[in-house]
Amino acid sequence: MDLMKNTQQGPFLSLMTGLPGGGKTFLGILLAAALLVPVLNIFVPESSSLHVPTYLVSLFGKYLCFALLALSVDLIWGYCGILSLGHGAFFALGGYAMGMYLMRQIGDRGVYGNPELPDFMVFLNWTELPWYWYGFDMFPFALLMVVLVPGILAFVFGWFAFRARVTGVYLSIITQAMTYALLLAFFRNDMGFGGNNGLTDFKDILGFDLQADGTRLGLFVASILALALGYLISSFITQSKLGRVLIAIRDAESRTRFSGYRVEYYKLFVFVVSAVLAGIAGALYVPQVGIINPSEFSPANSIEVVIWVAVGGRGTLWGAVLGAVLVNWGKSYFTGAFPDAWLYLLGGLFVFTTLFLPKGIVGTSGIWIEKFKNLRQSDPPLAPRSPVVKED
Amino acid sequence: MRIEFKTLLAGLLLVFAIQFSAQAQSFDSAAEGLLAKSYKDKIQAVEIIAATGDARSAPLLEALLAGDLFTRKSDKLLVIGNKASGGYDIVNALTGEALGSVKKREVRKIRINNKMRGLIKGLLGGLTLLNDDPNLRLKAADAVFKSRPAEMRTPIEQALATETDPTVTKALERTLAALKLTHAQSSEEQLAAVEMLEGMADPQVKSLLSAEGRKLQAIKDPTDAELQLALAVDAALAKIDEKLAFLNIIENIFQGVSLGSVLLLAAIGLAITFGVMGVINMAHGEMVMIGAYTTYMVQQLFLNFAPDMMNFSLLVAIPAAFLVSGACGIGIERSIIRFLYGRPLETLLATWGLSLILQQFVRTIFGPTNKEVSSPDWLSGTWEVTGGLALTYNRIGIILFAAAVLILLMLVLRKTAFGLQMRAVTQNRQMAASMGIRTGWVDAMTFGLGSGVAGMAGVALSQIDNVSPNLGQAYIIDSFMVVVFGGVGNLWGTLVGALSLGITNKFLEPYTGAVLAKILVLVVIILFIQKRPRGLFALKGRAVEN
Repeated sequence: MDLMKNTQQGPFLSLMTGLPGGGKTFLGILLAAALLVPVLNIFVPESSSLHVPTYLVSLFGKYLCFALLALSVDLIWGYCGILSLGHGAFFALGGYAMGMYLMRQIGDRGVYGNPELPDFMVFLNWTELPWYWYGFDMFPFALLMVVLVPGILAFVFGWFAFRARVTGVYLSIITQAMTYALLLAFFRNDMGFGGNNGLTDFKDILGFDLQADGTRLGLFVASILALALGYLISSFITQSKLGRVLIAIRDAESRTRFSGYRVEYYKLFVFVVSAVLAGIAGALYVPQVGIINPSEFSPANSIEVVIWVAVGGRGTLWGAVLGAVLVNWGKSYFTGAFPDAWLYLLGGLFVFTTLFLPKGIVGTSGIWIEKFKNLRQSDPPLAPRSPVVKED
Repeated sequence: MRIEFKTLLAGLLLVFAIQFSAQAQSFDSAAEGLLAKSYKDKIQAVEIIAATGDARSAPLLEALLAGDLFTRKSDKLLVIGNKASGGYDIVNALTGEALGSVKKREVRKIRINNKMRGLIKGLLGGLTLLNDDPNLRLKAADAVFKSRPAEMRTPIEQALATETDPTVTKALERTLAALKLTHAQSSEEQLAAVEMLEGMADPQVKSLLSAEGRKLQAIKDPTDAELQLALAVDAALAKIDEKLAFLNIIENIFQGVSLGSVLLLAAIGLAITFGVMGVINMAHGEMVMIGAYTTYMVQQLFLNFAPDMMNFSLLVAIPAAFLVSGACGIGIERSIIRFLYGRPLETLLATWGLSLILQQFVRTIFGPTNKEVSSPDWLSGTWEVTGGLALTYNRIGIILFAAAVLILLMLVLRKTAFGLQMRAVTQNRQMAASMGIRTGWVDAMTFGLGSGVAGMAGVALSQIDNVSPNLGQAYIIDSFMVVVFGGVGNLWGTLVGALSLGITNKFLEPYTGAVLAKILVLVVIILFIQKRPRGLFALKGRAVEN
C-alpha cells in the first residue's frame, strides 16, 4: 500500500502522508517545542512557573543532539541489523570539525593572544597552522567537513567491511576497534587536535556570543530542526522501496543476496547516511556544551548510545529519540542526586531492556495497544504491525 | 728468633704508626685544601682525601656532594651543617665535635661543580668497594666505571683480588678495563683493554668506546700506536653494535611474548565462550578484575593469619580466583545469558550492562583506589642473562603460567568427556543436541570455564598491573582483537593471535611510540578482517553461516 502511494504522489508529499501515526505526533511535538520554548524563555517572566530558564534550554539542546545520534544508530541497527559500537566516533568527528571552526573564531582572544594559532599549538611551540586546519575559519567549509569527514570515514570503513561480508558480532567488534583507535590517536598531542584537553574556550559562532541566551536558543532551535530533518530523511529511507530491502537484509541477509540484491551497497548507503547524521549531531553538540575532547571517542560512549535506542525501541525511529531523551534525563538527574547509583541503574537498564523489553518502550506499548484494540473489537487477532525483530 | 720476631713486630708497629700519623696529617691538610677558591685545587684536595683512605673521608665527601659542607666565616673552620630553624646545626667536619647552631649568614657553602660531582661519586664508590654487602660493592664498581678517576685503579685491582661474588667480579673487571683504557700507561695495555671491553657488550661500554673513538679521531697527527688503537676501537664498536642489536631483538621478542602471554591469558576464556556459544561476553574483563581482587583478598587473609607463608599466597590465589570467577560466570549464564540465545548482539548489550554493575559493585566494596598486591620473593628481581639483557622474573613467570594454562585447557578440551561435548557443540549445536548432549549444561559449564580462566588471568595481571575496578576494561578490547584475529576455531588461533599482536606491538614501539603502535595494530586488524572475516583459524562448514 505504501509503495503504491509512493508511485502516485511526489516524494515529499508521500513522505508526509506515509508517516506512521506516531511519527506525525512526534514531528508535531518537535515543532511545538521549537516555537514554545523560545517564547517561554524570552517572553514569560522569570518569576512565572512557566518560564524556561536558559540552562534548561541548553540541557535539552544537548539531549536533542543525543537524540539525533540515537536516531542515526536506530537507522542502521533497527532497520538494517548493523550494530555499530563505534557511532560515537562519527559524532565526535563532526564535533571536532565544528570545534575547529569555533577554535579559529577565537582569533587573538586566546590566552596567548596569537591571531593565527590556537592556544594549544602556541603551547606546543608550533609555528604554523597544520594544513588540515586550513579553511576551518570559514563556516561553510566547516559545515562541509562536518558532513564529509564522518561520511568519508563511514564510506571507506563500510566499503571494506561490507564487501568482505563482515557481519554480526564481528562487525560490532571492529567498529569498536575503530573508535578505540581514534580515541588513542586523538589523545596524542602531535595530532594537532589539542590532545588530552581537546578543543575548548570557544567564544562565538558566526559572530554571536556563545554564552548569550539568544545564541543558546538559536542552537536549540537548530538542533530541533536538525532532528526533525534527520527524522524525515530516515523515515523517507525506511518507507521507501530501499527501506524494504534494508529490512529484508536485517531479517535474512543471505536470502536477500540470493534474490539478486547487492546487499553491500544497500548497507553502505545507509551506513554513510547514518554516519553523516551522527556527525551533524556532534557539530550541534559542541557549541552547546563548549568543549570537545577525545573521551567522546571512548567505546563506552558508543555502547551507551545503543542502549538509548534499545530502551526506546529499535526500528521505530522516534522511539530512539524518546529513549535518548529519557535515559539522558535520568542520567542528569541521578548523577546529581545519587552519583553512586547511576552506574548500577545504567547497567541494570542494559540487562532489563534486553531481557524484558526487547522491543523497547515504543514497541512494547505498541503491542499492548494492539491487544487492547483487539479486545474491544473482539476481532480475531491481527499479525503484529511492527516488523519482527530478528538477528541475522 | 724470638728477638727477631719482637723487633719485626716493633718495626711493623712503628711503620704503621708513622703511616697513620702521616695519613692523618695529609687528611687534615687535604681537607683544608677544600677551602681553596679554584675548582682545580679543590679537585686535588678531594683526590688526596680519598687516597688517604681515612675513615672520615667518606662522610666528608658525602657531605660535600650533598652540599652540606660549610666553612664558618669567623675562623675558616670546616663544618658539616644540618638544616635547622633559622640556620644550621653545625659539627666540626674533622673531629665530629658538635658546635651548636649558627645563622645562615655565619657560614659559607663549599661549592662544587659538575666535574667534581662526578669525581666524588666515583671516589665514594671506591670507598665502598670493600663493603660487606655485594649489592653496594656492585653499585660502587658501577659508580667508578661512570666517573673513572685515575687514582681508583689500585683500589679496584685490590678489590678484584679479594672479590668472590661473580657478578661483582664482572663489574670490577669492566671498570678496570675502562680505567686502563682512559688512563693508560702503555698502548699495549689500551689495546688489551679494548679487547676486554669488546666482550662486555652493553650500552655503557658502547658510549665509553665511542667517546674514546671520537677522542682518537680528533688527534691531528696520530702515531702508529694511536692509529692501531683507533682501528681496534672501531672494530670493537662494530662488534658491540652487532651484539647489542641482537640483544635488542631478543629483548623485543621477550617483551612481545610477555605481552602476548598477558593477552593470551585475558583472551583465551573469551575465545572459548565465543567459540561455543557465539556470544561476546563484554563482562569478561570484569571476570579478570574479580580474579585480581580475589588475589588481593587471599593475600590479605595470609597477611592476617599466616604472615610467614606470604610467599605461597599466590599459589593459593590461582585456584581461588578460578573458582570465584567461574562461579560468577555460571551465575551470569544461568540468570541472564541463557534467556538470550540466538540473539548474540543483545547478549553483548546485556553483558556490557553487567560489566558496569560489577565494576560499580567492586568500587562500592573496595573503593575506587588501587589495591596493592605484592609479588612473592620468587617472582621479584631480574635475571641478568648477559650485560645489556635483563629479564624480570615476574614476566618470565607470566609466560610460563600462560603456557601452563594453555596446555591444561588443551588437555581439558581433548582428553575429557566435557571437552568432547564442548567441541561438538562448537561445531554443530543442533546435531550435538540431537545426539543427546545437554547443550544448556555445556553452555553453563563453558561459560564457567571461560570465566574461571579469566579469573586466573587476573591473578597474573595483579603482578604487573594496578588492581583497580577498571582493570578489566583495559584489556577487553585487546582481548577482542586477539579473538577476532585468531578466529574461534581452536586455541591455536588464540595463541597465534595473542603472540603476533604482542610481538608486533613491541617491535613497532621503538619506532612509533606505544600509542601509535597500538593504533597501527588496530588498523592492521581492521584491514585483516576484510581479508579473513572469520579470523586466522576459522571454522569451516556449517558453523560458519550462523
